[in-house]
Amino acid sequence: MSTVRVLVGTRKGAFILTSDGARKRWKVSGPHFAGWEIYHMKASAVDPDRIYASQTSAWFGQIIQRSDDGGKNWSTPGSSPEELQSSDGMPKAESNKFVYDTSTETGKPITTHQWYDGTQHPWEFKRVWHLEPSLHDPDHVYAGVEDAAIFESKDGGKSWHELAGLRGSDTGPKWQPGAGGMCLHTILLDPKDPQRIYIAISAAGAFRTEDGGKTWKLINRGLHSQYIPDPNAEVGHCVHRIAMHPSRPNTLFMQKHWDVMRSDDAGDSWHEVSGNLPTDFGFPIDVHAHEPETIYVVPIKSDSEHYPPSGRLRVYRSRTGGNEWEPLTKGLPQRNCYVNVLRDAMSVDSLEPCGVYFGTTGGQVYASVDAGDKWKPIVRDLPAVLSVEAQILQ
Amino acid sequence: MIRVILPPNLSTLARVDGEIELEFNGTLTQRSLLDAVEAKYPMLCGTLRDHVTQGRRPMVRFFACGEDLSHESADTPLPDAIANGAEPFLIIGAIAGG
Repeated sequence: MSTVRVLVGTRKGAFILTSDGARKRWKVSGPHFAGWEIYHMKASAVDPDRIYASQTSAWFGQIIQRSDDGGKNWSTPGSSPEELQSSDGMPKAESNKFVYDTSTETGKPITTHQWYDGTQHPWEFKRVWHLEPSLHDPDHVYAGVEDAAIFESKDGGKSWHELAGLRGSDTGPKWQPGAGGMCLHTILLDPKDPQRIYIAISAAGAFRTEDGGKTWKLINRGLHSQYIPDPNAEVGHCVHRIAMHPSRPNTLFMQKHWDVMRSDDAGDSWHEVSGNLPTDFGFPIDVHAHEPETIYVVPIKSDSEHYPPSGRLRVYRSRTGGNEWEPLTKGLPQRNCYVNVLRDAMSVDSLEPCGVYFGTTGGQVYASVDAGDKWKPIVRDLPAVLSVEAQILQ
Repeated sequence: MIRVILPPNLSTLARVDGEIELEFNGTLTQRSLLDAVEAKYPMLCGTLRDHVTQGRRPMVRFFACGEDLSHESADTPLPDAIANGAEPFLIIGAIAGG
């Protein structure tokens, strides 16, 4: 029987939830890295016991952790005895070293972006928001960071280098931080084309590369944002999340600051599919594992009121790729609920029926084992949940 | 032998119980002390000082002998009591809650 593993990152540590394929009884392991913010954990599709974790702190900076045994043991990559010392006797320890590429040969990176007061501000690394392991090599992993950039490691997280062509695009000076910082939070890898990657930045928008990250194209046509001076600008949109079904890499779904959007041409154009949602503000969006036109969002009242409308926690599901939405409420609190669900805190598993999971800022992780019809909290009273990733072990 | 006390989050990361002891010869300064700490515990590189500038991270503080030495030059010799191990060198996460 299959095993389900749910990786949960929180404000004060990591938790690993496991169950058999019935998904009824769950074992909770953690907190790992107690006291640290765990922005994201994700396992390699090639080696499911290889898990990468972003451990971060406003005090002590960024740490990359890696497990090779499914989360039982962790280490900072490159910290085995033979790897500790460089030739000059000093520690290498480059697994937490994220330095922007400032060379003129590799992307001509622009080194400033727009600051809150309208002035230009230099890029400053703060943390890794999202780790996306390659679909083909367990040692190859991408990192989306704040201030927005994409880094890559090809040695299992021991060292990182920036794919500077993204930051070097000529729109960099127009990027600006959202309330949560100027973060690159979404990385989608095209299973059919290893050279094609989608990323999204708050607040700049979405980008696509067709050459493995050397050059990037803005893909924001059709986005409309009232909160920027030109609502139809090519850059400056606050994209919260993008999702894609692996069988249809040209179809993308986006939860924007406001608006739920859809593209059927790899992001070249977008149209709104908010339809009958009670509010089209929100953070996560995800796609059913087996039904490419079934998508999920969690409507949030507004950008100043980060909680569900009327205190009722409802996931909305569309089986038509958007526009027609149904509320999913069974098992979810329908009164006095004022939690938020953050952008990386929803995931699906590939069992039949599809499992759907999400975590809240109130510390609950809810699961549905029937594609959203009914929900149960599988753990509650954790620290605020930042990220949720589900994986299946055969 | 010098003694260094790490804040809890970094003790966890370095897998030590709080106070660490280091063999040291030469002139003890903040820079040479932190070099020695990082040489023994490489996973702490970047957590105390910026990787590139080697400047103290903004919310890290260095206390010794009842004084806040955070704003001293990295190359100023540390007190003898630190160098001979009579007093520990405290690395502190700035008080900010959360």
